[in-house]
Amino acid sequence: MLTLDINGKKQPINSEPDTPLLWVLRDELALTGTKYGCGIAMCGACTVHMDGEPVRACAIPIEVLGNKKIVTIEHQKKDGLLSLVQEKWLEHDVAQCGYCQSGQIMSATALLNENPNPSDQQIEAAMSGNICRCGTYQRVRNAIRAASDTITENASL
Amino acid sequence: MSKRIGSAISRRSFVKSAGLATGSLLVGIHIPASSEQKRMPLQQTLMNSFIRIDSDSTITLLANHSEFGNGAYTIMPMMVAEELDVPYEKIRLEPAPTRPEYYSPIFREYLTAGSVTTGSCWIPLRTAGAKARAMLLDAASIKWDQPSENLYTSDGTVFTKNSQQSATYGDLLHIIHADGILPREKVDLKDPSKFRILGKPSRRHEAPSKVDGSAVFGIDIKLPDMLYGSIARCPVYGGTAKHYDASASLKIPGVVKVKEISAGVVVLANSNWAALKGRGALKIEWNEGPNSSLSYDFFFQEYRDLANKPGIVAENIGDSIASIELSDNVIESVYEMPYLAHATMEPPNCTALVTDDRCEIWSGTQSQSNDQKVVAKLLGRPEQSIIIHRPLMGGSFGRRAAKSADFTVNSVEAANGEGVPVQVIWSREEDIKGGHYRPLFVHKLRGAVDDDGMPQAWHQTVVGQSIMDGTRFAPAFMVNGVDLYSVDGCLQEPLGLFRYGTSYQIPNHRIECHNPPKIGVVPMEWRSVGHSHTGIAYECFLDELAAAGGKDPLDLRIALTKGNPRMHKLLKLLKEKSNWVKPIGKNKGRGIAARVYSVSPIAQVAEITMNENGEFTVDKVICVVDCGFAVNPLGIEAQIEGGIAYGLGAAAFGEIELHDGQIKQSNFHDYNVLRIAQMPEIEVHIVSSDEPPTGVGEQATTPIAPAVANALFNATGTRVRRFPLAKSGLKLV
Repeated sequence: MLTLDINGKKQPINSEPDTPLLWVLRDELALTGTKYGCGIAMCGACTVHMDGEPVRACAIPIEVLGNKKIVTIEHQKKDGLLSLVQEKWLEHDVAQCGYCQSGQIMSATALLNENPNPSDQQIEAAMSGNICRCGTYQRVRNAIRAASDTITENASL
Repeated sequence: MSKRIGSAISRRSFVKSAGLATGSLLVGIHIPASSEQKRMPLQQTLMNSFIRIDSDSTITLLANHSEFGNGAYTIMPMMVAEELDVPYEKIRLEPAPTRPEYYSPIFREYLTAGSVTTGSCWIPLRTAGAKARAMLLDAASIKWDQPSENLYTSDGTVFTKNSQQSATYGDLLHIIHADGILPREKVDLKDPSKFRILGKPSRRHEAPSKVDGSAVFGIDIKLPDMLYGSIARCPVYGGTAKHYDASASLKIPGVVKVKEISAGVVVLANSNWAALKGRGALKIEWNEGPNSSLSYDFFFQEYRDLANKPGIVAENIGDSIASIELSDNVIESVYEMPYLAHATMEPPNCTALVTDDRCEIWSGTQSQSNDQKVVAKLLGRPEQSIIIHRPLMGGSFGRRAAKSADFTVNSVEAANGEGVPVQVIWSREEDIKGGHYRPLFVHKLRGAVDDDGMPQAWHQTVVGQSIMDGTRFAPAFMVNGVDLYSVDGCLQEPLGLFRYGTSYQIPNHRIECHNPPKIGVVPMEWRSVGHSHTGIAYECFLDELAAAGGKDPLDLRIALTKGNPRMHKLLKLLKEKSNWVKPIGKNKGRGIAARVYSVSPIAQVAEITMNENGEFTVDKVICVVDCGFAVNPLGIEAQIEGGIAYGLGAAAFGEIELHDGQIKQSNFHDYNVLRIAQMPEIEVHIVSSDEPPTGVGEQATTPIAPAVANALFNATGTRVRRFPLAKSGLKLV
């Protein structure tokens, strides 16, 4: 039996070692905020953080994870960057069907963690792996810019 | 989180006659109280078909339209909240059961489609809110022995005029029960000048659940003892298993059972991963069936030939044939549009429980009536015995209204005989290869321009498979043998169900149609339906006529819409907002398209830049729309942004290729869709209107492809007539 570090908790896992992280999160741990979209790391709906890096959970078998820290959309930490991004997402009314939004938010959060003041090109590069069929992209950009502005303002206080 | 949601859902659905069925005070807007509904706990009052109030003042809206990104779950509570005097954010939504009182007044069945939800709800939901409020006023009137004129409501509370007494809505329910207060026959709806919610930009109601991962989509349903199913399908659509060997699959830990269903061979397992591995280990010999020799080249060739032959006349104004014959300024073009998949972010999926006396389905569907009928027939059971639970949907664009109810049928067949719930999730490959597509179309157009450069005659022959022929919708949609959905967007005058035309007046206007036999894959509605191809053919060819007549394409459209004040005004606004007369610069182009879809006029100017590699960017789209009273301007803007993104991705790259019965594309690496870098800046202008609200969900999808193609012509002088643009060597970056 494997143990995974999910949202700050050590979790014993019953799934087979070759199971992609996506299905372990969804089916064994009931963390269904992480979505299946393509199964081949082409759409970003299953984006989670692995030691802070955005990764596609559909393409990572759990046997390779070891002690890496996995963070999903369900990880609610008050005053954290994820909360700020979620707040900006609501302010900009980004979501439509909402299915891709967990992945979008996890990619955006990883970007801002790495680079609190990204250029438009850097936003596009970081978000290019996240497909949204509802076309929320303009609001995704605006919400990321707004989050970036808040971080920059707070830093200069 | 999901565990809790899962158990809540299971508790609700496994306990018979919960919730609604125990209502004691159902006084429906459409139907009277039934004896069944008279058994109800005192703590809940069903004010009418749509509104339930609990003693703690929780207000629940029984939502009779699906939420798949369209914003239905925002505009519905806004309408109720406006009349009931509560914040719309505080209203809970619960999907209404599949019963006649919840049918759309437009479709007369339980269906969310055609961009008509806002219009369908406009009167019924405001009336429901107003009637519920009137009952509460009547109760307060008894409580304080005051005429109801001396009372007012605010934020879920009834007050006496002097504000000395107040009672929450929940506090008044016992009086409604004790005194048997019934809804008033008639109520006055608020005058729009008094609106405090409707017409104001309002954020998506369920958005909080969509930013923290707690929103429950069909794929997220978890039920006790549930099995996961994965289906192996014949590579040729419609093929069946001749023989299969499941021995290797059954050795995979977690695989429980393998069996044949009509769609192929399904592996049932206790996890998705085991089901997927089990499917991979199947050895199947297929009977490919009648579609194995079909290729899309065959269809294109056959349709090009048909386009040269007379079709069924759908519209004939004046005498286009003679007018073109006599003219010395005639142009002719052929436009070709491919099959398109919907590629919803949430792949098709459904969870079903079938026992001897029960069939329950958890399915993200646009079309509960249809699914109920199809499943009832499949199981040989009465329709009302099929219970449909409707979760949120990760996009739909028409896909979840399949008349075949394909993904629902898959799960019901997989679950039948198992006695436990079975969830079947389609892989993305199954979705892209799923055989339900916007059909491919060929349009042949001939037109003549008079000496003043004005279009004198228009003759268009439309060739493509019918969506509605042979379905139960045929009586409404087939007119003189023509599917209205094949020609919607070409017709100058209203026809049948569709009470709008193109908005242009061309003196001689002839539309013919061939609906060739429905063989091969299944033709389906796809966001904007007929307009998804007629919009391209019509608006690009109109641009060709403008060029042939030496006219500015926007000025020509303004001149052609003098008889249609709404579009005429809209186009003048677009000319101003897009700075149309201002030169746009080197390697850049501007294109215009204007459409009327499901009553709402909409027009767009697209601005593009070409680079030296033949690549282009769409820099900006200026969109003007008249959708009557703008119920939620923020939601309208979202639908327009989304409609443009959906249409632009398809125009740029969208194509499903069929070779020897097999679909070439399989996933997002070869079925490209729009990504963030390709998203233009979008500017939306909504005209102010007191007309009843009409749709915006599909409207923005139709002008974008021709607006971009016309902009490419403006920049390069070359017309593109084969879509997607990538097929013509033009790459959107």
